[in-house]
Order: sequence, then C-alpha cells, then structure tokens
Amino acid sequence: MAKKPVSFTLNGSPRSAFTDEGANLLDFLRRGVGDLSPKYGCGQGTCGACTVTIDGELHLACLTLAETIEGRAVGTAAGLAKGATLDPLQEAFMDHFAAQCGYCTPGMLVAARALLDRDPRPTREAVIEAISGNLCRCTGYEPIIQAILSVAEGGGRR
Amino acid sequence: MTTVETYPTLADAARALGPDAAYLAGGTLLMRELNAGRAAARIIRTTDPSLAQIRSTGDTVTLGAAVTMARILNERDLDFLHPVARRVGGPQVRNMATVAGNLFAPHPYGDLTTALLALGARVVMAGQGSPRPLDDLLRDRDRAGLVAAIELPRPRDPRSFGFLKVSRVHPKGASVLAIAALLPREGGRIRGARVALGAMGPHPLRSAAIERVLDGQNLDAATIDRAAAVAAEGLDPPTDALASAWYRKTVLGVHVKRLLERMGQG
Repeated sequence: MAKKPVSFTLNGSPRSAFTDEGANLLDFLRRGVGDLSPKYGCGQGTCGACTVTIDGELHLACLTLAETIEGRAVGTAAGLAKGATLDPLQEAFMDHFAAQCGYCTPGMLVAARALLDRDPRPTREAVIEAISGNLCRCTGYEPIIQAILSVAEGGGRR
Repeated sequence: MTTVETYPTLADAARALGPDAAYLAGGTLLMRELNAGRAAARIIRTTDPSLAQIRSTGDTVTLGAAVTMARILNERDLDFLHPVARRVGGPQVRNMATVAGNLFAPHPYGDLTTALLALGARVVMAGQGSPRPLDDLLRDRDRAGLVAAIELPRPRDPRSFGFLKVSRVHPKGASVLAIAALLPREGGRIRGARVALGAMGPHPLRSAAIERVLDGQNLDAATIDRAAAVAAEGLDPPTDALASAWYRKTVLGVHVKRLLERMGQG
C-alpha cells in the first residue's frame, strides 16, 4: 500500500509522519504518530470516542481521511494537560466520578473543552447538546454533565 | 486496496469518476464504508474552494455542495433551515456532514434532504447546464454524478415552512420518520402545498396524498384530520432497528397532525 507524507500540528507541535493511503485519522494518530488518547469505538461515527479538533472544530477522527489534515491543526485529549498540570475539566471529571471505564472520557473531554472555549457559561441544555455526539455506557451522563458545569464560570447558567 | 485521488477542481473530479470510484465529501457516509472494508477501489475528492460558498440572489439561496450543517447554523440568513440542521447528527457530525452528501444518504438518514424537497430545491450538477429538480435527482441518485450546488427558493413567509423529526434518542438520534411541509397561503387558503416525508421509503419522498388534501383549503381542524388520515396511503417504509414498517405507517398520521397543528397556530 502506498504511503503518503502528512505534515500537520498536533496539540501545537509540528509533526510529520507517513500514512497508508485510505487510512483514517484515528489509525494514523494511534499507530503512525503514537497519540493513543483518541479511542476506537464504533468506526461508524456513532460513539464519539475518537473525537478530536481540526482547526478548532470538533471532528470524528475515524471518519476523517488522514491525508486531509495536511497543514492543519489537530487537537486531542493528550494536549489538554500542560505538563503535570491537568486541565480543570480533567480535575472535575475525577472529582465528580465522571469516568468509570474511561473509554469515552478523551472524546467527552475534547467535546467539553470545545464547548467551554466557545461558551464559558453554558446552560445545562447546552452541555447536554455539546456531548450528544459522545456515548457513555457506564457512568450515565449525569456525573459528566455535573463535572462540565462545575468548571463553567460560576457553575454555569442552570 | 484503496487509492485516493485528489483533484483541484470539481470538473476534474467529475471526469475521474467511474464505476470503480466513489466520491468523498464530508466523510460521514463514505468513511464508514471504507472502515468496514466495503469502499470502492478508488476514492475521488476535490479541494475546489467554490464548493464551500453560499450565495444569495433575490429569493434564491445557493448552497455550495460542501457547505456543512454547522455552517448553515452559523448563517443568520438561513434561519428557516436551522431547526432542520440542528437535528442532524451530533456536533461532530454537523461539522463534517455536507448538504450535497445528505442528498445521497441512505435510509434512515437524509433529514435535510426531506426539508429541501419540501422547499422545492434544485440541484446543479457538475458539467451540466440547467439545474435538476431535487424530486427528479432522488429517483436516480445512485448514478447521478457530482453535485456542484443546491439552489433553494427562500420561503416568502418563514412561517409557511415547518419541519418535524421523530427519533427515539434525544438530542441526537436517527429518524423514525421526518416530515417537512411548505404551505404558502393566499387569503388564508393553501396554494401549492409541498409535503415531504423522510425515512418512509428508500429516499425522501413527496406526499401527493397529503398535498392533495391541503391544497385550496384553510389549515383548520377538519383539513388537518383528513391530511393525517391519508398520510400513510401508498407508502411502503423500511423496517430497521429503529422502527418497523407497520409502526412507521401507524404513527405517521399522528405526527403529520402535530406538525400541521403547530403550523396552523404559527
């Protein structure tokens, strides 16, 4: 299978790697680049476990052709913590028991971060809408919603 | 084994298309096939910037083929489509899924197409002169070619257009069914009703039965009841994991009534 070079930025750092022709971005990030934070759930765009940002917009890595990110900026959950300092959302997910098996967590965090960057004081309804593309099959959604609202300025507009 | 061919213009991509090739737009449909090992041997795509344009001339809005659902939601000018675009997928899918891709979405997808059908959209095909009515394109969409843009007459009165989607999961869920209605009124009476149904057939369909009942009438309780009563006439909807054909036919009238009552109050 032909290999194609791809240059892009990953969580702010310039990266270059080869992708297999026809490979999706999720495979490319995990196997080609070594960022294991986006997860493979369904491969159909249903579960949101592979959620990343491309140029700041939420996308599903499993439904993105890897070579199309040439020259673009990709963000993953691995980029949320700054060194040993966790993103406030990561702290809140721990405090609110918003992760159980943890498989949906990176996608949830990326979706929640995108929401708070756009709207620092979301309503509960806006939080529900923002994570509607991400499935969780163990904690139930309530602890996740509470965790996100706790990070929102002033605890969100309830 | 899959090869990916990227072309600078839509015309080049259209020329490269063949029976062994599939066109990649937003990826929300084709990448599923690719991940499952079912995609065509050749994937064709284009970086043509004209496909992302939105233009307004008089009462017509022209949406480039690659305009996404999220983009529609960011355009104040397209507010009549917001209730539709908001019900497509979740936030990630809305950032990726394109208006032209939606025209080719298999059952039960295609909510936007249902709305476009009611609104009387025409489709500009790559390399073809005059646009095709969407009704016409949907009948042979498997061998239609590449879409350049969708031309949409803006409803003169935004209240004359209504959309209702029924899904088992909220806020994100695929359609049990969807209904879109354009009911322009003259002196209170409906003239030129266009009603489209989603997930009630192999692709979104016009409902001649409902349109016949509504045309020339006031949107009163008796007319709404008659429209609801004939709604499922002649339909043969698919059975899938979301609903059986029997269920879809049985509840369609209930939801037609709810939509028409809402529009009657508006």
